[in-house]
Amino acid sequence: MTSMKQTLYDKLWQTHVAHTQSDGSVLLYIDRHLVHEVTSPQAFEGLRLAGRQPWRAASAVAVPDHNVPTLNRSQGITDAISRLQVETLDKNCIEFGIVEFGMHDVRQGIVHVIGPEQGITLPGMTVVCGDSHTSTHGALGALAFGIGTSEVEHVLATQCLVARQSRNMRVWVDGVLGDGVTAKDLALAIIGKIGTAGGTGCAIEFAGPAVRALSIEGRMTLCNMAIEAGARAGMVAVDQKTLDYVRGRPFAPRGEMWQQAEDWWRTLVTDDGAVFDCEVRLDAGSIAPQVTWGTSPEMVVPVTGKVPNPAEMADAVHQSDGQRALAYMGLVPGTPLTAVAVDKVFIGSCTNSRIEDLRAAAAVIKGRQKAASVKQVLVVPGSGLIKQQAEAEGLDKIFVAAGFEWREPGCSMCLAMNADRLEPGERCAATSNRNFEGRQGTGGRTHLVSPAMAAAAALAGHFVDVREW
Amino acid sequence: MRSFTELNGLVVPIDRANVDTDAIIPKQFLKSIRRSGFGPNLFDAWRYLDHGEPGQDCSQRPVNPDFVLNQPRYQGAEILLARENFGCGSSREHAPWALADDGIRALIAPSFADIFYNNCFKNGLLPVVLAADIVDRLFRETFATPGYRLHIDLAAQIVTTPSGEKHPFEVDAHRKMCLLQGLDDIGLTLQHVDAIRAYETQRRQTAPWLFV
Repeated sequence: MTSMKQTLYDKLWQTHVAHTQSDGSVLLYIDRHLVHEVTSPQAFEGLRLAGRQPWRAASAVAVPDHNVPTLNRSQGITDAISRLQVETLDKNCIEFGIVEFGMHDVRQGIVHVIGPEQGITLPGMTVVCGDSHTSTHGALGALAFGIGTSEVEHVLATQCLVARQSRNMRVWVDGVLGDGVTAKDLALAIIGKIGTAGGTGCAIEFAGPAVRALSIEGRMTLCNMAIEAGARAGMVAVDQKTLDYVRGRPFAPRGEMWQQAEDWWRTLVTDDGAVFDCEVRLDAGSIAPQVTWGTSPEMVVPVTGKVPNPAEMADAVHQSDGQRALAYMGLVPGTPLTAVAVDKVFIGSCTNSRIEDLRAAAAVIKGRQKAASVKQVLVVPGSGLIKQQAEAEGLDKIFVAAGFEWREPGCSMCLAMNADRLEPGERCAATSNRNFEGRQGTGGRTHLVSPAMAAAAALAGHFVDVREW
Repeated sequence: MRSFTELNGLVVPIDRANVDTDAIIPKQFLKSIRRSGFGPNLFDAWRYLDHGEPGQDCSQRPVNPDFVLNQPRYQGAEILLARENFGCGSSREHAPWALADDGIRALIAPSFADIFYNNCFKNGLLPVVLAADIVDRLFRETFATPGYRLHIDLAAQIVTTPSGEKHPFEVDAHRKMCLLQGLDDIGLTLQHVDAIRAYETQRRQTAPWLFV
């Protein structure tokens, strides 16, 4: 007998099936479409060429984030190609009647930060964006996932996607995260355990006491990195924290409509007894602060560990990948992570640029200065409003006094499409999500860590265990 | 969209797992507002010895002779043979655009990342999943046999090796039909306008806050 018990993902999916096609694929209705400058120009061009209009322009909200400068923004974008891309977004939004938070709007920021911040993304929504880190919004109990440019065009034109339901995966985290251990460390530990393809074909629900205990910001960090585990969507069930977070946001419903929404949102939890296709369990108490050592997020160890020896890895493919990664990273097997020195530090990205991330980074500074050997420390808030908030709390002064650079919001050195980047061979402690070859600049070497770990590395000049800092 | 029916193509092997979309097309090339012209920058950081930027004449750049795409025996390759989790990372459709622009028509791997897999079908590229041991064998045969070609028949869902071995593969019926006929997804979806409108009408009542 088929169980009627549903997972959170099943509920979100079924609510949004507009049509089931003869082959079993569905037209999945999209409530919210987030648009940025890099993956949208060809989609708008496609509409124009076909003479199509957006199905529901009001469902889309656009913001430039990947290319925007984080310094001297009032002077505009120096790089002509970047500027054209941002100007193209501006023009397309005007032409097609789409709300845009332009580069000089205080609400501008990283698309995955401003969505929840503005209440543009809400529990129970289907949320898509031409960006893989759209999984972030699942932290609110939404079904959110990244799409390619053809699908951006498809959603603009039809409000739907042709899709098939993914498998249900649950990552259950028992226990309590230790002091100095964050959602970022949890995310990296999960990826270290299941691998970067561990969630392929799945939607992951993060659950268990340690996930419940996370703030909404922490849940966003966790869901953000679902894609690094191969899952297009990550999500956390709605609870009181979710409702408290959403209430009063500019785009959130109010009054009677809020009540109607809340009544439904409260049902957005996995039913007791619902069956998952696969389940992974972790104990939060056993997780130490994490540091990646290689060129894939799954190449990760606790900060107490050492650079592993590829010769001891499971199979030939992992061995050769491990060797290649170590050669690229300029690391020797057996080196303690705390002996690895960094040249630059990046605190920001859709993973870790929210106010609690900035507070965590500032809290480890305690009047100290960045190490003389560290060339640059960038602190890039996720939105203009987070920047304002941080400045109201005096965090900017703490960073600047420590020799860190306080920048304007954007994706910045997470992917180095703007002027913020690593030079060949430079080693960076980064709070972002990808340590791929060249991600932060050609030849750059990225180690993924939490904001507190990044700030501590900036002060020490090498990785340190922030729990002993 | 260009249709895909059958292909008898030269195979180029990319012998590493978890090849990410940053490797397939580095981010500096994502600044283009066009859909074409990404081919010369496919695998840019591996393919050239210098640092690539948009707008360069790639024919004047120093190539990395060790990288497979630069080796004479793989010139004109149309089938890319890859390892597990090919195309992981970013959702950038510039990755399949670059592959297609460089002449690749099909990919074979034990697994693909979800978004990349999906993006391939939107661009006339066929990603074929075969079991890891079969892919491993195809790698060995490719390395051992200059001019190694595979035959892919999408209608029959079969990859055939030069020795006549046949490897069936799975593909979603809708995606297969679109690829065989070169159909535009949007046009197909718009055949269901009434269903979408009906859904929307019902949803406006049950979840009105989504429509303000």
